[in-house]
Amino acid sequence: MGMLRVEQLSRRFGGVQAVDDLSFATRSGSVHSIIGPNGAGKTTLINLLTGVYRPSAGRIVFGELELTGQPTHRFAAAGIGRSFQTPQIFFNMSALENVMTGRHLHEPGSLLAAMLRTPGLLRSERACRQRALELLEFVGLSTHAAASAASMPYGALKRLEIARALAGEPKLLLLDEPAAGLGPTEALEIGALIRRLAQAGTTIVLVEHNMRLVMDVSDQVLVLDHGRKLAEGDPARVRQDPRVIEAYLGAEANREHADARD
Amino acid sequence: MGYSVQPEAIGSEPAARRRSAAVPALGPRRAGLTALALIIALTPLLLANDYFYNVAILVGLNAIVCVGLNLLIGYAGQISLGHAGFFGLGAYGAALLAARYGIPPLAALVAATAGVGLLAFVVGRPILRLQGHYLAMATLGLGIIVSIAIANEEQLTGGPDGMAVPELTVLGFEVYGERVWYWVVGACLFATVWLALNLVDSPRGRALRALHGSEVAAETVGIDSTRQKLTIFVVSAMIAAFAGALTAFYSGFLTPAKASFMHSIELVTMVVFGGIASTWGALVGAALLTILPQALTVLQEYEMIVLGAVLMATMIFLPRGIVPTLAGLLVRRPEAGASPAADERRRH
Amino acid sequence: MTGQWTQFLAGGFTTGAIYALVALGFSIIYNASRVINFAQGEFVMIGGMSAVTFVGLGAPMPVAIVGAVLVAGLVGLLLEALAVGRARKADVVTLIIITIGASILLRGLAQLVWDKSIHGLPPLSGNEPIAVFGATILPQSLWVLGVTLVTVVALSAFFRGSRLGKAMRATSYNRLAAELVGIDVRKVLFFSFGLAAMLGALGGVLIAPIAFTSWDVGIMLGLKGFAAAMLGGMGSFPGAIVGGLLLGLLESFGAGYLSSAYKDVIAFALLLAVLLVRPDGLLGAARSDRV
Repeated sequence: MGMLRVEQLSRRFGGVQAVDDLSFATRSGSVHSIIGPNGAGKTTLINLLTGVYRPSAGRIVFGELELTGQPTHRFAAAGIGRSFQTPQIFFNMSALENVMTGRHLHEPGSLLAAMLRTPGLLRSERACRQRALELLEFVGLSTHAAASAASMPYGALKRLEIARALAGEPKLLLLDEPAAGLGPTEALEIGALIRRLAQAGTTIVLVEHNMRLVMDVSDQVLVLDHGRKLAEGDPARVRQDPRVIEAYLGAEANREHADARD
Repeated sequence: MGYSVQPEAIGSEPAARRRSAAVPALGPRRAGLTALALIIALTPLLLANDYFYNVAILVGLNAIVCVGLNLLIGYAGQISLGHAGFFGLGAYGAALLAARYGIPPLAALVAATAGVGLLAFVVGRPILRLQGHYLAMATLGLGIIVSIAIANEEQLTGGPDGMAVPELTVLGFEVYGERVWYWVVGACLFATVWLALNLVDSPRGRALRALHGSEVAAETVGIDSTRQKLTIFVVSAMIAAFAGALTAFYSGFLTPAKASFMHSIELVTMVVFGGIASTWGALVGAALLTILPQALTVLQEYEMIVLGAVLMATMIFLPRGIVPTLAGLLVRRPEAGASPAADERRRH
Repeated sequence: MTGQWTQFLAGGFTTGAIYALVALGFSIIYNASRVINFAQGEFVMIGGMSAVTFVGLGAPMPVAIVGAVLVAGLVGLLLEALAVGRARKADVVTLIIITIGASILLRGLAQLVWDKSIHGLPPLSGNEPIAVFGATILPQSLWVLGVTLVTVVALSAFFRGSRLGKAMRATSYNRLAAELVGIDVRKVLFFSFGLAAMLGALGGVLIAPIAFTSWDVGIMLGLKGFAAAMLGGMGSFPGAIVGGLLLGLLESFGAGYLSSAYKDVIAFALLLAVLLVRPDGLLGAARSDRV
């Protein structure tokens, strides 16, 4: 359950190798963070792990399912949910409806039942609304339920996305920079939310720049640089890894060195 | 701490209160349907003679197509510039089955509608993979091919001179006369609107709107965009075909103009003008743009100018169409915590 | 049967040249704005009909041609200034619908300004058919091909040499970058409409002596020109020409050997085929979309 296995995953765009021969695996109910300097391929990786991009090479296996090359909605059906770096909210709906939509796979899909508004459908709609309200409560957005998503502030949108992703009852949740653009208090709240989710059994993979958050919540940290795995392990050890330090500070150090020469 | 996250709070009182306040009202939907029923029931009081009944019936028939087309354009966000093709196929299909093959008119109507649905399914699959204006072009091309075929196959369709259509009989009763047809079309319109509203407010409806909102995000919650778009494409095609078949039986006579490119554009104009993503908008658009040319029969030469000007002006100044724009002005949507300042206040 | 074959070839190239001019108009506007200008066909109509009016007023053909082209150019500029330019920020589909509205409006106006009859224009150099390889070709056909060729060469030089031309090319490659280096993209769009209109009108004037003209001749020509542009690759200069000529030839041979009733279907069937198989057309570069 929640076992993601990535084998020699690669993706190139024209001449750019965005992700290069990457292999790793996740453990159920744990929090994995993926860090790395800008352009390291983190968002590309998330897009690969949710089927938004197709890999150029390698395999993605989730539980017993071979997900390599499958369309995005199959990844969702397998139990993988995600949030986006820049919130991709359904602005033409209310906050509540956004979360209800997240439950799509658990909802009756019958066209006829929908058009005829059968009692069964109405019952399931009530249950769906209930669940969505609970999730909004969980992420602290219950006051926004009936509000148009387009009117919500940025921080609220990030939490709305998480609520929407949770509505699908994912086994694996991928969060792309959930703390980006948030102040320190809000970032702490996101961290608490993540820990709570992990305790409940959801595997979380987190792409983040906020080092404090990463160190606080992660069980495992994976460092990417130029699309390749640079280091992997528990937070404290990775933080002290000289290669990691160089990757982040390398540009600085090189420039200083060059300046010193002239 | 205003944003504290307390899962334990779910069962508590404040949460329960907030929940009931947040349940969306069924008001507008019921009210709208009741209003529609009243309008349909009471309009005959305004209709002095057969001519006015005719206009009302035309409004109803156009409105049926527009409600279906709006599901495609407004909710699924797909543009069809060839919907008159489906309308024409429904019309000619039903007419041919009834006139040439002696099939009972009601069965012909059902068969034509189903047949067009099947065609839309087959044709829709490859086309709906296309994006934005490529899709518009494909539907345009299809619509024109259909209209050319209808005009050319004189053996079957009577070509540009048209063909006669037998009366519609339902369970032995001949549907004849403006007044009878008015009720038939009125009932069909009400049913179509009811079905459309139900669809929009259902999980399928949310899936569609999600596609329109952000296709990538929709896919990540498991929505199969191609399948959803295809379904709505087929549904809206079938609705158009159904209206076409009704039109055929009502008019008693068909010409290829029913399937023309211009007719497709008229339909899109009605939807766009009335309001994209609004079933009521589709009704208003159909009503206004059917009545207007009739009202301007004196100025028949100006019809195209008016149509073109309406289309342009709407898209430039009111891109969302009349009804949504008016609704936006009249009804304020609840905007909880819309400003960061309000958030700050709530925090302390 | 070389006679018949050559006949189809000649006919195909002639209509193909007109399609090419219309297609160029589509591509030029598409390059400046990513908009498909559905009113393009109406410029063809305006060209032909205006020339009819000028000739009716006694003007010699060359003057009528220039006059008609300028009138259409003016209409094109007005269309951009009053409608498309105003809604520039809207999404592509909205803009397309605006141009559809414009085409209907122009046709409605044409009905009033002129009439609903079919009109002809006197050919540029007489009606004596010339015998070539067993086929008879009208002198006007040679004019069509010749003038189109000269126009294409002139356009080429314009895009390569002139400041405005280079600005238009830059905008078509990367609009944002063009803006950043100081190109007035708005002006580029404005002139693109004018230029596209003039090209369409030129086609209308050239073909009128052969195929006649009327208030509603624009719809089909516009749609077919569009199909030609898609076939060759929307936005591609050589693509428009190749697409136009190819469509003209396929129509000509299709009508000759298969069915003349379904001649018009050929263009749209091709359009569908292009959209489904290779939306970027024959000469358009296949793009990979980055999310």
